[in-house]
Amino acid sequence: MASRQVVMRAKYKNSVRDPGIQGVLIMMEDKISFTPDDPTSSVRVNIEVKSIKSLKFSKEGSQRALLNLILDPDIKEGGCIFEFEKFSDRDVCRDFVSRVLAKLQALQSSVKDSKTVSERPVDEQLSTAEMRHRMKLLQENIELQKLHKQFVISGVLTEAEFWATRKELLAVHASKTPKQRVGFKSAMIADVRPLTDGRSNLVTFNLTPEIIHQIFAEKPAVHKAYLSFVPRKMSEMDFWKKYCRAEYLHKTKNAVAAAAEAADDEELAVFLKHDEILASEARRKLRRVDPTLDMEADQGDDYMHLPDHGIFRDGSKETIDTEYDEYKRTLAQNLNRHAAVVLEGRALDVELGDTQTVAEALFRYKQSELATETSDENSTQERLERLSRMTEIEDLQDSHNLPFAPLCIKDPREYFDSQQANAVKALGDTEIGTKPVNCVLSTQQAYGSLKIIISEIKENGFSYPIVKPDVALKVLNGLTQHLSSTKHHLGKSPQDTVLDRLPQRTREELLHHWACIQELLKHFWSSYPITTKSLHTKVSRVKDALSEIYPKLQGIKESAQSDFRHQVSLLVQPMLQALDAAFAHYDAEMQKRPGKSAERPNGYA
Amino acid sequence: MKFQMEDVTVYFPYDHIYPEQYHYMLDLKRALDAKGHCLLEMPTGTGKTIALLSLITSYSLSKPQNPIKLLYCTRTVHEMEKTLAELRLLHNYQLKHLGDSAKILAIGLSSRKNLCINPNVVSANSRDSVDAACRKRTASWVRELAITNPNIETCGFFEGFERVADNVILPAGVYTLQDLRAYGKMKNWCPYYLARRMVPKANVVVYSYQYMLDPKVAGIISKEMQRECVVVFDEAHNIDNVCIEALSVSVRRQTLEGATRNLSKMAQEIDRLKKTDANRLRQEYNRLVDGLAQRGNLPITDAWLANPALPDDILKEAVPGNIRKAEHFLPVLRRLVQYLKGRLETENVEKEGPVSFVASINSQAGIDQKMLKFCYDRLQSLMLTLEITDTDEFLHIQTVCDFATLVGTYSRGFSIIIEPFDERMPHIPDPVLQLSCHDASLAIKPVFDRFQSVVITSGTLSPIDLYPRLLNFHPVISRSFTMSLTRDCICPMVLTRGSDQLPVSTKFDMRSDLGVVRNYGRLLLEMVATVPDGIVCFFVSYSYMDGIINSWNEMDILKEIMQHKLVFIETQDVVETTLALDNYRKACDCGRGAVFFSVARGKVAEGIDFDRHYGRLVIMYGIPFQYTLSRILLARLEYLRETFQIKEGDFLTFDALRQAAQCVGRVIRSKADYGMMIFADKRYSRHDKRSKLPGWILSHLRDAHLNLSTDMALHIAREFLVLWGCGCSSSEKWLNHMIRLVTAERKPFCLRKTWKTWLEATPWICSFDDSSVSVYSDVGFGAKALVIITYGN
Repeated sequence: MASRQVVMRAKYKNSVRDPGIQGVLIMMEDKISFTPDDPTSSVRVNIEVKSIKSLKFSKEGSQRALLNLILDPDIKEGGCIFEFEKFSDRDVCRDFVSRVLAKLQALQSSVKDSKTVSERPVDEQLSTAEMRHRMKLLQENIELQKLHKQFVISGVLTEAEFWATRKELLAVHASKTPKQRVGFKSAMIADVRPLTDGRSNLVTFNLTPEIIHQIFAEKPAVHKAYLSFVPRKMSEMDFWKKYCRAEYLHKTKNAVAAAAEAADDEELAVFLKHDEILASEARRKLRRVDPTLDMEADQGDDYMHLPDHGIFRDGSKETIDTEYDEYKRTLAQNLNRHAAVVLEGRALDVELGDTQTVAEALFRYKQSELATETSDENSTQERLERLSRMTEIEDLQDSHNLPFAPLCIKDPREYFDSQQANAVKALGDTEIGTKPVNCVLSTQQAYGSLKIIISEIKENGFSYPIVKPDVALKVLNGLTQHLSSTKHHLGKSPQDTVLDRLPQRTREELLHHWACIQELLKHFWSSYPITTKSLHTKVSRVKDALSEIYPKLQGIKESAQSDFRHQVSLLVQPMLQALDAAFAHYDAEMQKRPGKSAERPNGYA
Repeated sequence: MKFQMEDVTVYFPYDHIYPEQYHYMLDLKRALDAKGHCLLEMPTGTGKTIALLSLITSYSLSKPQNPIKLLYCTRTVHEMEKTLAELRLLHNYQLKHLGDSAKILAIGLSSRKNLCINPNVVSANSRDSVDAACRKRTASWVRELAITNPNIETCGFFEGFERVADNVILPAGVYTLQDLRAYGKMKNWCPYYLARRMVPKANVVVYSYQYMLDPKVAGIISKEMQRECVVVFDEAHNIDNVCIEALSVSVRRQTLEGATRNLSKMAQEIDRLKKTDANRLRQEYNRLVDGLAQRGNLPITDAWLANPALPDDILKEAVPGNIRKAEHFLPVLRRLVQYLKGRLETENVEKEGPVSFVASINSQAGIDQKMLKFCYDRLQSLMLTLEITDTDEFLHIQTVCDFATLVGTYSRGFSIIIEPFDERMPHIPDPVLQLSCHDASLAIKPVFDRFQSVVITSGTLSPIDLYPRLLNFHPVISRSFTMSLTRDCICPMVLTRGSDQLPVSTKFDMRSDLGVVRNYGRLLLEMVATVPDGIVCFFVSYSYMDGIINSWNEMDILKEIMQHKLVFIETQDVVETTLALDNYRKACDCGRGAVFFSVARGKVAEGIDFDRHYGRLVIMYGIPFQYTLSRILLARLEYLRETFQIKEGDFLTFDALRQAAQCVGRVIRSKADYGMMIFADKRYSRHDKRSKLPGWILSHLRDAHLNLSTDMALHIAREFLVLWGCGCSSSEKWLNHMIRLVTAERKPFCLRKTWKTWLEATPWICSFDDSSVSVYSDVGFGAKALVIITYGN
């Protein structure tokens, strides 16, 4: 689908303020060239696509339509700025460049993958969207931002390495943002007001493609008339002239004049009369209306509406003369119709502009809508359910379903890792704590064993203490002391954690270090087995960073106040252990490595 | 939950009950015990319907020897569906606790248009054409013909029903209209006639007011009900108007032209019949001589609308001799139509009593009172004889005969008003002759007389002492309940000035003032920018609403409003209004927010709820007084003054404020809901107007909110919304205004006497008797809890 080449008129500029040189911009898959109109001008631009690092562009609606190609600083500082006449032109070029860049990048990464060995971790060529997305993620998550700052900026990890472990974050977000469409304007632009210049009797109507689209959506009769009249029967201009004439008649609220004109001109009558299509559509929609709103049902039930029964003229009902009724259209009807259309939204993918295509696209859309509408059968069922739900007074009901927040696991790996650890621990505990007991006993057996035990006790009595008193005392003392001290520190509520009791600074430091260690260890362990040189360098880099943290932890431990020292050391202990394990592994690897350099370590060393 | 109320075990389908529901049930029960009528006002959103249903069904269950039947009248079809849905909930609960003994049959009854399932019939648009299309297929003579002639179309569903008609049994359960249709489809039975046939057998029947109040309908539907019935009129604040409308007829030019056409058609038919089947006419004559206007037991399908006069007033005499013959009756009708045509040709407004009107008919057209009185019965007999099935064609002559019968029957409480044009559009000639009833008590009297208990209930029946006077009855219980709320979930405000401090009002001399229109517009504009979700605005009339919307459109206020919310408007076309409402709800559901413009006294104000996010704010623009220049209203006011000593001003204010209260009450439908109400008219700040509002609104109307300008109202609205928007979600439980019923057993060591002394000494006991005690106690929520202690006998 992608065109191989884009040719566009544009101005080339060195800076934003530069007035620029008019010329022709030719974009191809591998290079971009610019030729000025003035052949005497010395400016010639030839850019290799490979050298483009990224692109910037001005927002739609800003003063100028600019496209800025940021190049590799080795080739050119600043970049090349092109100014276009229209935003649409700019967008074409922008899309082309970004597509080409994306293709190039894909190519590069596949090359990288196939080689497996890359000499130097090349910075990924990122599309602007992806870059922006990462920035956004970082902004949203302060923790992430801190880590990123600490490791990526300082060079411990590369950008790619950092994000590689967070692929799911990127992926989820990418799929979660569906394209938003612009709906109709809330304002009633289809209700065009005539402009008079005040001097002559000339009345002007201004119709833009946007207005025309709205007219088509709100007035199916006009839409249908357009499809059948234009261009066979009349030109587009004539069609809109007629339409405006009809609008003008409505505006003047002269139903009699409207009726007279409609009698003369059958095409004009289409615009003046009531919309048949709308009426039938209304009837169809009425069948799917919420029964608690269905006032039409009452009409049949209300015997008052028998003609001439009940009180006829008491001032509450307005009498309308029926003769010109069909030529009257009230503002209320227009407003209702407009709001309904706005609510339905616009589902056309066609560029506004050409009336004919818009009209046809709308027609197709309506056909498809009609088809889906007839197919849904369970809507009545749903309506009934809604009705019964609405009749219940939930206030008087005991709450049967307690409010809950759905469990949201952002990173399943993290979650399941910790769960597994818990599970393993629990398993170990049970193995140690209990002896395997045969639980399947008959009553006879149970009774028998009980009898034996009782007789045993009868024989021996509680001759020896069940628990040795000195041991018991010691345990008890230990427990009470421990309990009271923890209680003292932990406060009353069970929700309080040890962390809450620590001074703010210490706590934050601890948490931060914990996050750092986790991040680094993740990279550290994932680098094993070391197969390439780059992994080797990475491991050593990470190890250095880890060893930097080690003394810091020690520092925290020592600097902690005596009250908290125990708690802090308890917290720091696992971190230190994790670090020690990593160092031990690293050292072991290093010792092994020179001896067995030819032999690749297999699996988890 | 299940609890004991005096001698009745009440089954209530919820775990909690509001205190006012409990007291409501208690009063209702007393009224049932006394076999008398009652008048109960309870605010919307306190579960009136379920309280009513649960007490009456439980009452009936507790007295199996003479179970009472419930006739529940609603104003609209969707209220009918809602009531039946609540009843189903209750019924399921009772079934769970009592098993099969709790089984009841409850059905909804509506017109053919809402019940028919024959696709060829129901495709017709109006009710009349559905009725006629049905008659064309089901009338007894059509079906007889169809036996021999296969080309005549009959209705398969009706035939299916007719085959089992005599022993048709609808299994016990609760049937909404939707269920009836589904059941009919399954069994291949006509749901309409099935429902009609089941009405006498059902324990609960839910139908529209007209089926009870309008003699034309009640005469065929409700005539076979026994005395042991409880009739409930729900949302009955407008019941006097329904009664009046039921007995009013108007005749226009179109009516008379149509009637003339009908008469010539009938004349042709008679001629044809004379040639082919003269015997039939002779049989009719003989029957009339024997005094049988109605032909004995008609097949269910042939029955017409009954006599428009009330059952007690219909003479049990033979049709007078001079109209017994068809060829004599037709000229009488012709003369009558001719006379009415002459009366319509007037240039001035004329007002007359029935007596002088009848006298002038007698002198000018030679039709005496007795002939007039029998017009309807005679016409009906003739139509049956002629075997006319396209009844929708003959509505005009039917109207004329209705008119004649009513005018011949009643000599007081009515007046005849002839207007050559509408007061407000004097350039368009549109003469109309109206027979209007002024006395609401006439139509409802047979209901009070026939049934042992009639319950009139609504959210707004203030002032409650006016209703017994208007309807001329003596309730054994008449009470008004307030809503127990500890938090102000409604916030009524009276806005008297715009932001420029100029007064706002829809008073006649001010309503077209552009300053007022602008101030009203700015008010809405500020509110749409502040209030989330749905906003409802009520105007005093359609013409006023049209005018103000057009002005706002020209001032570009509407455009600005649409920047914030979508705008939907009630029109006089119900289809369009229904769709607008549907879209309005969608807009609120999707978070877009919308404004709905509606009219007080309109269909929306009567029956559509704007609960929860569908209405966070309701603005009542002006006081919805009736059109005071209307001749009919003036005549009615005169009658009320002379007969019931009700002052004009009092009645008008009462009527306007019940409408206003009805409008703003739409916004709150349950206690978990919250909403604001703005009364935008300076006249609301006057005590005589304001005090007519129902107590539950007044109790929340603070003095500081009585005289606000737009900016002050905006400030209050902001504070209210912040308070409610963050703190109180609808899922939050409202312990503080609910009561939990606790059944406590007296321990054997506690003597009954000790119990009693203790109970008597306790200050927070509200009532007790031998079997149960109702106790208010402070349970630590700063709220009252009601505890029912039953102790061993």
